[in-house]
Amino acid sequence: MFSSLDYVTLQQLWWFICSIVGALFLFLTFVQGGQTLLWQVAKTDLEKSLVVTSLGRKWEMPFTTLVLFGGALFASFPKFYATSFGGAYWVWILILFSFIIQAVSYHYRKKPNNFLGAGVYELFLFINGSVGILLIGAAVGTFYTGSNFTLDMYNRVTWDYTLLGINLRGLEAAFSLFNLSLGIFLVFNARVLGSLYLLNSIDLTSTPDLESRLRKNTLQNFLIALPFLLYVVVSILFMKGFGVDDAGVVSLVSSKYLSTLLALPHFLILLLAGIILVLYGVLATSFQGSNKGIWFSGLGTVFVGLVVLCLPAFNNSAFYPSKLDLQSSLTIYNASSSMYTLTTMTYVAIGIPFVLAYVVYVWFLMDSKKLTKDEVINEESY
Amino acid sequence: MLDIDLSMVNWARAQFALTAMYHWIFVPLTLGLSFLCAFFETIYVRTGNREWRNITKFWMTLFGINFAIGVATGIILEFEFGTNWSNYSWIVGDIFGAPLAIEGIFAFFLEATFFAVMFFGWNRVSKKFHLFSTWMVAVGSNLSAVWILVANAWMQHPVGMAFNPEKARFEMESFFDVVFNPVAVSKFTHTSSSGFVMASLFVLTVSCWFLLKGRHIQMAKKSIVVASVFGLLASIFVFVTGDEAAYEVAQKQPMKLAAIEGHYKGETSAGIVAAGILRPGKQPGDGQDPFIVKIKIPFMLSLLANRSFTAFVPGVDDLVYGNEEQGIESTASKIAKGKKAVNDLALFKQARKENNNTQAQIALEKFRKNQEYMGYGYLNNPEEAVPPVAIPYYAFHVMVVLGTLFPVLFAAFLFFIFKDSLLKQKWLLPIGLISALLGLFAQQSGWIVAEVGRQPWAINGLLPVKMSATNLSASNVQITFFMFLGLFTLLLIAEITIMLKQISIGPKEEN
Ligand code: HDD
Ligand code: HEM
Ligand code: HEM
Repeated sequence: MFSSLDYVTLQQLWWFICSIVGALFLFLTFVQGGQTLLWQVAKTDLEKSLVVTSLGRKWEMPFTTLVLFGGALFASFPKFYATSFGGAYWVWILILFSFIIQAVSYHYRKKPNNFLGAGVYELFLFINGSVGILLIGAAVGTFYTGSNFTLDMYNRVTWDYTLLGINLRGLEAAFSLFNLSLGIFLVFNARVLGSLYLLNSIDLTSTPDLESRLRKNTLQNFLIALPFLLYVVVSILFMKGFGVDDAGVVSLVSSKYLSTLLALPHFLILLLAGIILVLYGVLATSFQGSNKGIWFSGLGTVFVGLVVLCLPAFNNSAFYPSKLDLQSSLTIYNASSSMYTLTTMTYVAIGIPFVLAYVVYVWFLMDSKKLTKDEVINEESY
Repeated sequence: MLDIDLSMVNWARAQFALTAMYHWIFVPLTLGLSFLCAFFETIYVRTGNREWRNITKFWMTLFGINFAIGVATGIILEFEFGTNWSNYSWIVGDIFGAPLAIEGIFAFFLEATFFAVMFFGWNRVSKKFHLFSTWMVAVGSNLSAVWILVANAWMQHPVGMAFNPEKARFEMESFFDVVFNPVAVSKFTHTSSSGFVMASLFVLTVSCWFLLKGRHIQMAKKSIVVASVFGLLASIFVFVTGDEAAYEVAQKQPMKLAAIEGHYKGETSAGIVAAGILRPGKQPGDGQDPFIVKIKIPFMLSLLANRSFTAFVPGVDDLVYGNEEQGIESTASKIAKGKKAVNDLALFKQARKENNNTQAQIALEKFRKNQEYMGYGYLNNPEEAVPPVAIPYYAFHVMVVLGTLFPVLFAAFLFFIFKDSLLKQKWLLPIGLISALLGLFAQQSGWIVAEVGRQPWAINGLLPVKMSATNLSASNVQITFFMFLGLFTLLLIAEITIMLKQISIGPKEEN
C-alpha cells in the first residue's frame, strides 16, 4: 500500500507527522502552564489540592507526547536527532531535567515523609512549566534562526559558539530575541491554556474565588503573550530564510517564509484560523463566562504550532540551518531515514489513530464528571 | 577522523551506566507489580470481597510511587542516545530509532492513559473498566520492555540491515528480522520474567515485615500466596530463559561468553566453573591459569554453549590470537582488514566529493571486500577487543546463584503457608525480608553481564563505543554525570522514605 509512495512524499509525510505530535504537545502544555499558576490562583490548601489533582490526572500526557516526539524524530530524521541533541547539548539536558523533576512531583508532593517537602515539589512543577517551556520555545526558534554547528564528511557534529572561553552548546539560542520571544509566548500561552483547562475540569461552585482568579488570569496572560506572538509572526513574515535550490545548495533568501505561506496558502489559513481560535477561547472565557474555552484555544494552539513547525521544512527550506556553514544545514530530504524505514514506519503509523481514539475515549470517560471538593478530600488526590 | 577524547567517552559510558542502572532499579518492579495488582484486583472483582480491594489499593499505592520515578529516570535514557551518543544515533538511527518510536506510540501511551484510570477511576468508571485499565497498565509496561529490548538485542546481535557507503550509515533492510531477532526473543522472555520475580520478591519483603511486626497478618498471608505462586512460576521460567540467553550469547557473542565464564583457553568438552576466584593481573595470552581457586563441573560449558557435551568452546585467547585448527580468525587479522575498509571508505568519500566517479567506483569495490570488518579498523590493538573479564564474570555468577535460590525460596513460602506454619518459621521470614534486595542484586548483575560483556562494542563487531560518542568536551559530560548522580540520588532517597512510610501506614482494614 505505502510502498508505492515515493521517497519525497514519505519524507514530507513524516515531517508532517512529527509536527502534529509537536503541535499536540504544545496544546498539552496546559499542564505546564497550570503548574506555574499554582501560587497565583490557589490561595487555600483546598484550592491547591483541586488544581494539582486536576492537572495531575493529565501530567503524563505532555510528558509521553514529548517522549514520542523524540522517538518519532529519531526514527524518521536520525540526522536531526543526532545533530540537535548532541550539538545543542545543554539546552536539551536542561529541558530533560525539568521533566525529570516534574515526573515525581505529583506523586510525592503530598505524601507523608516525602523528604524534600511539598514546597520543593511545587517549585519543581514551576521550573518545569517556566524554564522547561521557555527552552523548548528557544529550541524551536532555532529552526528559523539557525544554530552554530558544522558536519564533517561522516556527519559528525562540531558545535562552535564560545562565550568567555566556554562552548555554550546551544544555550546561546536564548540570546536571540526571536527565539526568546517564541519561548516567552509559549510559556504564557501555556498559562492561558492552563487556566482554561482548570475552568473546564473543576467543579467551581464551592470555590468562586478560584473561578474568578482563573478568569482574570486567562485574560492577563493572554495580553502578555500577545505582543510576543505578534513579534514572532511579523518576524517570520519578513525575515530572511534558509532556502535550498535545486542543486541542494543552501542560501539566505529574503522573505522566504512569507513566500512559503503564499505558495502553500493552506498554512496561511491554518495560521489565521489558529490565532482566531485562541482569541475566541480567551474572549468567550473572560467576557461570556464560558467554560469551554480550552477546546477553542487548544485547537488554535495546535494549528499555530503545526504551522510554526512545518513552515521552515517545506517549500525548499532547511529546517535545521547552520549559521557557521550553510551547507551543513539539514533539510527533511538530507536528514531523513531510508525509504525502507520510512515506509515501514508509515505502516506502523496506521496504529496512531487507534491510540488517539482510546486516549480521547478515556479522557472523556474520566472527565465526564467535574472534579469536586468532596473527591479531593475523601478520595485519591495529589 | 575526529580526535577522540577517551576520557569523555568514559564519562559518557559512566553516565549511561548510571542512568540506566537507576532506571533499572524501578522498571523490573513496574513490570511485575503491575501484573500482581491486576491479579489482586481480578480476585476482588471475582469475589467482591472488600479485603481484596484494600490489598489491591495498598499495592497500587506502592506501585504508583515506584512508577513515578521509573518514568522520571526513563526520559533521560531515550534522549541520551542523541545527547551523548550522537554518532551512534546517526550511524544506526535508521534501524535503532524505529523500536523507540514504536515503544512511544504503542506502549507508553497505553501505560500513561490507563494509569490515570487505575488511580483516579475507582468511582469514575465501572468496576469492569477499572479492572481492564489495570490490566492495560501491565500490558503497556511489558510492551515497552518488548520494544526497548528489541533495540538492545540489535546492539548485541545486529541483523536485518546493510551498510550504505554513500551516506556512511547502516540502513534497515528487514523490519521483521530486527523484531524477531533470536536475541530479542530470549532477552524479552528472560527480562520480563525476571521483573515478575523481582516484584514477587518485593511483595514477600513487605509482607514478611508485616508478619514479623505482627500487623496485617491476613493481608500479608494473602499477598504471599499470590506472589509465591507467580514468583515460583516466573523464577522457573527465568532459569530456563537464562539458559537460552547464555546459549544465544555463546552463538552470537563468543567473546562475551568467554568473559562471563573466565574461559581463556578454548577446549572441547569444556567444563564450567561453578565458583572460583579470578587471578588478578591475568592478561590474555600470558598462559597463566585464570583462576586462583575454582570448582569445575566437567562438560557443562560445552553443553551450555553448544548443546553438546563434546563441542569446542573458544576462549579469550582463541578469539584474540586466532585458532587455525578451529578456523577462528585472529583479531589482528580482522583489524588489518578493518583498517583497509576504513581507508577505502575515506577514499570513496573523497572521490565522491571531487566528483571523480571512476576513482569512487574503484574505492567502493575495494571497500566492499573488507566492509564487514570495518568496526575492527577502529581498534588499536587485538587486546582491545576483550571486555574487562572480572566484571561480567562475577556479575554472572551472582545472578546464577541467586537465580537458583529464588525458586527454592518461593517454594518454601508456598509450602509453609499451605501447612499454615509460616509464622513459626523464624529462619524463613528474615530471608523473605531481604529478598527484594537480593532480587535487585540479580537484576543489576544481569545488565552488567549484558552490557559490560559487550565492550568494546556499541554495536557488536561493527561499531566500537569510542566511535559512537558525541564530539563533546569531557567537562560537559562530567558535569551532567554529577547532576544526574545528585538528582537521582535525591529522588531515590525521597522514594524510599515515602515508600517506607506508606508501608508502615499499611492497608486499610475492614472491620
Ligand atoms: C531476577 C533477576 C534475574 C535472575 C535470577 C537471572 N537473570 Fe539473567 N538477566 C537478568 C535478570 C536475571 C536481566 C536483568 O533481565 C538481564 C540483563 C540483560 C537481559 O537481557 O536480561 C539478564 C541477562 C542474562 C544474560 C546475558 C544476556 C546478554 O548478554 O544478552 C545471561 C547469559 C543470563 N541472564 C543468564 C541467566 C542464568 C543462566 C540465570 C540462572 C538462573 C539467570 N540469568 C538468572
Ligand atoms: C535498563 C537496563 C540497563 C542497564 C542497567 C544497563 C547498564 C549499562 C552499563 C553498566 C553500561 C556501561 C558499560 C561499559 O561502558 O562498560 C551501559 C552502556 C550502554 N548501554 Fe546499557 N543498560 C541497560 C539497558 C540498555 C538498553 C535497553 C540499551 C539500548 C536500547 C542500552 C544501551 C547502552 C548504550 C548505548 C551504552 C553506552 C555505550 C557502551 O558503553 O556500551 N542499555 N549500560
Ligand atoms: C531493558 C530495558 C528497559 C525496559 C524493560 C524499560 C521499560 C520501561 C518501563 C516499564 C517504563 C515505565 C515506567 C516505569 O519504569 O515505571 C519505562 C519508562 C521509560 N523508559 Fe524504560 N526501559 C528500559 C530501558 C530504557 C532505555 C534504554 C530507554 C531509552 C531509550 C528507556 C526509555 C524510557 C522512557 C523515555 C520512559 C518514560 C516513558 C513514559 O513517558 O511513560 N528505557 N521504561
